[in-house]
Amino acid sequence: MNAATDKFDEAEVYRIEMESHPVSFESGKLKEIIRRDTSGVALRVIDNRRIGFTSTTDAARESELVDRAATLAPFGSEASFSFPEPSKYPSVDIVDPAVPQVSQNSMINTGEGLIAKLMDEWPDLLCDARIGWSTGRGQIMNSAGIDETYEQTSYYCSLGAQLIRGTDMLNVWAGYGSSRLFGEAELDRLLQTVRRSLRWSKETAIATSSTGDLPVVFTPRGVGATLLHPLLSGFSGKNVANGSSPLGDRWGEKIVDERISIYDNPLINGASGSRPFDDEGIASRKLGLIENGIAGSPLLDLQTAGQLGMTSTGAAGRSLASTPSPNSSVIDIAAGDTHFEDMISGIKEGLLVEELLGAGQGNELGGDFRANVSLGYKIENGEIVGRVKDTMISGNVYKVLSQVEQVGDSSDWVFGSMRSPALQCLGVDVSVKDE
Amino acid sequence: MKYRDIIENALNGHSADYCEIRIEETDNSRLTYRGKSLDTIAQTSGLGGNVRAVTKGGWGFASFNSLDELTTKVADAVAQSKAVGGLKTELGEVEPHVDLVPAYVVEDPTEISLDEKKRQMDHYNDLVWSVDGINSADIIYGDTSRKTFFGSSDGSYIEQQQIHVISRISAQARSGGDVQQAGFSLGSQGDYGLIRGLDDKVTDAAKRAVALLDAKSLEGGERTVVLDPVLAGVFVHEAFGHLSEGDNVYENEKLKEIMYMGRKFGGKHLNFTDGAAIPALRGSFKYDDEGTPATRTALVREGELVGRLHSRETAAKLSEQPTGNARAIGYNFPPIVRMTNTIIEPGEATLADLLAGVNDGVYVRNWYGGMTQHEMFTFSSGEAYMIRNGEIQEAVRPVMLTGNLFETLENLDGVGDDLDMNQGGGCGKGGQSPLPVSNGSPHIRIQKCLISGA
Repeated sequence: MNAATDKFDEAEVYRIEMESHPVSFESGKLKEIIRRDTSGVALRVIDNRRIGFTSTTDAARESELVDRAATLAPFGSEASFSFPEPSKYPSVDIVDPAVPQVSQNSMINTGEGLIAKLMDEWPDLLCDARIGWSTGRGQIMNSAGIDETYEQTSYYCSLGAQLIRGTDMLNVWAGYGSSRLFGEAELDRLLQTVRRSLRWSKETAIATSSTGDLPVVFTPRGVGATLLHPLLSGFSGKNVANGSSPLGDRWGEKIVDERISIYDNPLINGASGSRPFDDEGIASRKLGLIENGIAGSPLLDLQTAGQLGMTSTGAAGRSLASTPSPNSSVIDIAAGDTHFEDMISGIKEGLLVEELLGAGQGNELGGDFRANVSLGYKIENGEIVGRVKDTMISGNVYKVLSQVEQVGDSSDWVFGSMRSPALQCLGVDVSVKDE
Repeated sequence: MKYRDIIENALNGHSADYCEIRIEETDNSRLTYRGKSLDTIAQTSGLGGNVRAVTKGGWGFASFNSLDELTTKVADAVAQSKAVGGLKTELGEVEPHVDLVPAYVVEDPTEISLDEKKRQMDHYNDLVWSVDGINSADIIYGDTSRKTFFGSSDGSYIEQQQIHVISRISAQARSGGDVQQAGFSLGSQGDYGLIRGLDDKVTDAAKRAVALLDAKSLEGGERTVVLDPVLAGVFVHEAFGHLSEGDNVYENEKLKEIMYMGRKFGGKHLNFTDGAAIPALRGSFKYDDEGTPATRTALVREGELVGRLHSRETAAKLSEQPTGNARAIGYNFPPIVRMTNTIIEPGEATLADLLAGVNDGVYVRNWYGGMTQHEMFTFSSGEAYMIRNGEIQEAVRPVMLTGNLFETLENLDGVGDDLDMNQGGGCGKGGQSPLPVSNGSPHIRIQKCLISGA
């Protein structure tokens, strides 16, 4: 750091140290135990208003970083910011001292228990599972005086099952992660999710028998798989700064149904993605992306905020080998007032979407989504009648969220990093194979 | 041989059935453009390694950045493998090799100055912006050198270096809330020359992006599609390649019943291969990350399943031969079964033959992405054009194609004579992405393919 401050107008050092311990089960059996230790350092400098960036995981080559940054900075992109000064940070619970105490045996037992419970009921299943914990330590120092360290723990568990009937293959899975150690209640929820998918998939159904605008229900996971990415791409400071966000200058305007409120909230205790400050040392805050249907704020880091003449929203995320960029932390979508069962029972013909294959290949920048429904179900006369196959959905997230019919009354965690209710919408185009 | 002593000393006296150490040194350069200007320029370097051990069929794996106390790390990985194992270790026989494999280079990208790379990419960025109606450019240039140092308890010690260069150039046009994009990807092992002379391609992509704003979207449904060699390569990778990876099959009795040798997938015009033992492609190498020499594997011959891709373990468990397809994206991952260069062998049809008689079909070119989940796959075109009366006509908005392996291969009824390789892609599996691979094909035709509405 000292060598860098002497040489450049401004400098920032970002250092990480991580340790992770997953155990994995394949085809119902314990397969592999892993230990990963990762450490490295990145240097970002501003010199003559230009940015230089370099990193290494080789401790012996750390001394090269200053020279490398000096070579890069003259070619670098123009800096629209200065490194921030220290500020007060909110407190958020992201460390559980019980996590690094979890023994290898306890993780193995957890995995064996989950698989045994599933196989009791469905002996033909091939089950995979992964249980693990990790600890991480991050440090940000800059020439404006920030020198902050934070620690984080993480515990996670995922469970998958495959069922093959003839050439018909079904894959279902569920996962959850938290900075806190969790136990039976959460593990039971995982089991219930997998069991529910298996039950709903017992029969195969044809996605649509009539043409026209079918109501589509997205489960909380379906919301994450279908709508979240094309939506967030419009809120990315990078896309806003370079003019490719369809939200353009629509901040403060109504863009979707007024029952839709979406927050980026890194201050939720225990959530995967929570943090007291972002990866540039800016204090975390709860940010309204959409409040009551109205476009709130884009997600900004220092550079994109500077380009837009705004201030950072504390959304900078980075990996060791990349410069920071604006990212969401924990997405929290407000619940409405319809029971999931009532939503389903009110639909004469419709589709329930849980997971997609190939999402993200469409024109996400414009808010478009399209993908194969890898896990979804047909709703007929108020009941889930079976799994659909060879079915594609497509649409535009702004249009679909403007045609919301019902919002679920409970906001459920999806993998511990997003919380959403089920949403019933119109405006989704459904394509199926001819019979 | 830089790490030979360190590795051999650390492996000395280990008590697993088999143990290996892989050390890696990497150097990367990267330039990205977004909007109108350079977004990032970065140089990163890495050093890391791992120990992998197997005891009674159970695997232990430890990765790290510091090479200190390697003997302790070997002991950790061995202890982990013992905590797992309870059955029998089965690994396919591979002759131990001691070898030093230099990088394949034509024009070494790591020898080109940063200044020159930036001038070249600045020029392409300017070209995109010189087209009327462009709203943003998205350009990536990257080169990487990866040196691996592999030693195993079987007595192998192999040093290999690979140098890759990739670029993706994409242009965006916008009208109100409608954003359209068009672009292309390319990649090469060892040849920076590929990055030069792209002016026409860049201008063409920018013009296509603008034209897409006025192009129509297709209605979703089944149609006859003709795929260009690039997209057909992505098709064989997604639709067939992944299911021929031995790790999907080896412990899955039901899948073994489906993917048995000799199973008929389609007509005699279907011939698929995969292999790294072809010089100079993105998925080419001399040894895989378990030290197995590269091969070429016939997967489908005249419509019948004749082979699949293996690591040492999956080969042994299926009583087949290791094929040299165990690959890891980096030191912090164990090698898993991956594709290398996957090819649909050419047939005899010309493009005109494939188009003949097609009415209201779609000609799809260039790729945008693809995904597989067992027998289900989807992939997206970068460009799409209507086919009427056997002729390629106006552009429509790019489409996504989806299907089921078993039906789609039966509906693949035409294979062209014009094999071409797609080197611009990377493959993801088990959290390891993007792994350098290539795929190739001539033009092909598929009947009754489900495409999405836009």
